[in-house]
Amino acid sequence: MFENLVPHLPILIIAIPLFGAFASYLFSKVSDKARDVFAFIVLGVTEFLVLVLGKDIYTNGLRVYTLGATSAELTAPTGYIMPVRIILEVDALSIFMGIITVTVAFIVFIFSLKPMKEYSGTDKYYTLMFLLLVGMLGIEFTGDLFNLFVFLEIASIAGAALVAFFTHRDESAEAAFKYVVICSLGALLVLFAVALFYGQYDALNIAYLANVMKYSLLDKIAFCVLLCAFAMKAGSAPMHMWKPDAYGEAPGPVAAILVTASLVSMYALLRVCFTLYGRGLNTEVIGWIITVLGLLSIFIGVTMALIQNNFGRLIGYTAVAEVGFILLAAGVGFAGFSSTGFGFTALQAGLFHILNDALDLGLLFLVSGAVLHATGKRNLNELSGLARNMKYTCIFFIVGLCAVAGLPPMNGFASKLMIYESVYQFNPVFSIIAILASIFMLAVFVKVFYSVFLGPELKEFSSVKEVPASMLLAMGALAVLIIVIGLCPDIFVNNVINPAARALIDYGIYRGVV
Amino acid sequence: MTLESSAIFNLPFITVVLLIIIGMYALMFKRNLIKIVIGLTLIESGVNLFLIALGYRKGCYAPIYTNAPTTAMVFPTPQALTLTSIVIGLAVTALMLSFAVLIYKKYGTINAEKTRRLKG
Repeated sequence: MFENLVPHLPILIIAIPLFGAFASYLFSKVSDKARDVFAFIVLGVTEFLVLVLGKDIYTNGLRVYTLGATSAELTAPTGYIMPVRIILEVDALSIFMGIITVTVAFIVFIFSLKPMKEYSGTDKYYTLMFLLLVGMLGIEFTGDLFNLFVFLEIASIAGAALVAFFTHRDESAEAAFKYVVICSLGALLVLFAVALFYGQYDALNIAYLANVMKYSLLDKIAFCVLLCAFAMKAGSAPMHMWKPDAYGEAPGPVAAILVTASLVSMYALLRVCFTLYGRGLNTEVIGWIITVLGLLSIFIGVTMALIQNNFGRLIGYTAVAEVGFILLAAGVGFAGFSSTGFGFTALQAGLFHILNDALDLGLLFLVSGAVLHATGKRNLNELSGLARNMKYTCIFFIVGLCAVAGLPPMNGFASKLMIYESVYQFNPVFSIIAILASIFMLAVFVKVFYSVFLGPELKEFSSVKEVPASMLLAMGALAVLIIVIGLCPDIFVNNVINPAARALIDYGIYRGVV
Repeated sequence: MTLESSAIFNLPFITVVLLIIIGMYALMFKRNLIKIVIGLTLIESGVNLFLIALGYRKGCYAPIYTNAPTTAMVFPTPQALTLTSIVIGLAVTALMLSFAVLIYKKYGTINAEKTRRLKG
């Protein structure tokens, strides 16, 4: 029944949340309830459409949408030899990221229904959430470099405003200022690279640029600039310092979706490395550089997380380490760059870890949001004995803890095991460092678990209640996903991850569109 | 000496490099939050100027159709890109300045060294 609709889905999936962003503000003028129902419907429709498009792409392959053309597949107008219109290109990797993004946004929305009622400015909160979602989906679906810059800026502006949501706290504005400076610097670097490409090839389309790329000195400069910009936005060391600040100060649900936003930058990095440049670069050297960045992030993230005493900041540092794991796997995958052997396994592991990261860290940030909602505190030294009154939150925290630390039977174990195995064949020392870092991460979270949920019952927390059902439902949904993926990782790797990894390695399909 | 080989032809690109370097310097070494914002705006102007300078093609006309001669016209893409980027830049600058105002209200200073409570 959707045959007529499917060709237009790429643009509809971006346009519907964009409509929702501004319409939800109008609905909140009517009543809060009307806005919640409307936002629920918009997100539900987006989730449904993204799944329909996902099914289509996983069965029929890449889908192209040309904006302003008479038919969606008409990439070059008659009489032109190159594409001048904006083209959306959705392949298995894009839709894989799209499904993660919309699902996390949906869960975060359900989580924020109750706690956000206590604050003023909720109407703007939903508008910004939708805009952040639009920005992320745009980055994933676009096949045009300048368009990527625009969506990057949309996501940055919305994200920065959301980081500063708790304006009553002094530090929120400071964290948001750092975030917006880093993000807009990153976006300007991307624009500079776009200009370098336009100056040489008069084109902006990723597939067309990849086809005509001459790998000149300017192209290599553009690659370095793009690598810096996206690694910075993904929160890799040595430019990671904004991450714990922003995640620590943002409300829990916002931090959960910002994790996905940084993973979307990771996607952009992979797209540039594999699709735009591909084998034309010295993949061995670039792979090593990315791997070393990853190891540095793992090391800094884990060691800094050990000494934190703010709940959000601590998870922020582990997020740095988790991005390091993805970079490590992606670097090995890029150095290998083949559809067989350990390189391909590493790439699969990296993509699998993107999925698991969005779920695991999302769950942990939601738990920190729940603790903040129930007690009003995020300092680990002030919290104690919450397991007595918040049983379910405590169980969800254990699930998230095991998943991030890579313990079976959670999803984190499955992807980390793949990372260890494949990286070991590349360089055994790297694999050992990664395993040690995982053990450290367990130590970090056991410390948090003891200080927040166990320990003596404090008098001030004796009247703390379990969080409302909608928040439990959101955390429960993530926990169920984590356990299901952890119990049958084969199904996910073979049916979802494998086509996405293949989309990166067989870049000819993406490039062949124009 | 032809136009292409003269320094005048490269002047826009030299300005671009200067603007970006000055902006980077302000971003890294200035402690006043407003100056950091100015630094970022300078980088943005540099990139915008770069795009506009790339839009020049020798012997072509600007893409304005009224009374246009019949010779070749340049593609209006860089101008469109620059317009978009200017609008986005305005939004980002406004957001950054509002954060600076918020920081001034909370901390009583806009010196970046004194507004560092988030560290470690």
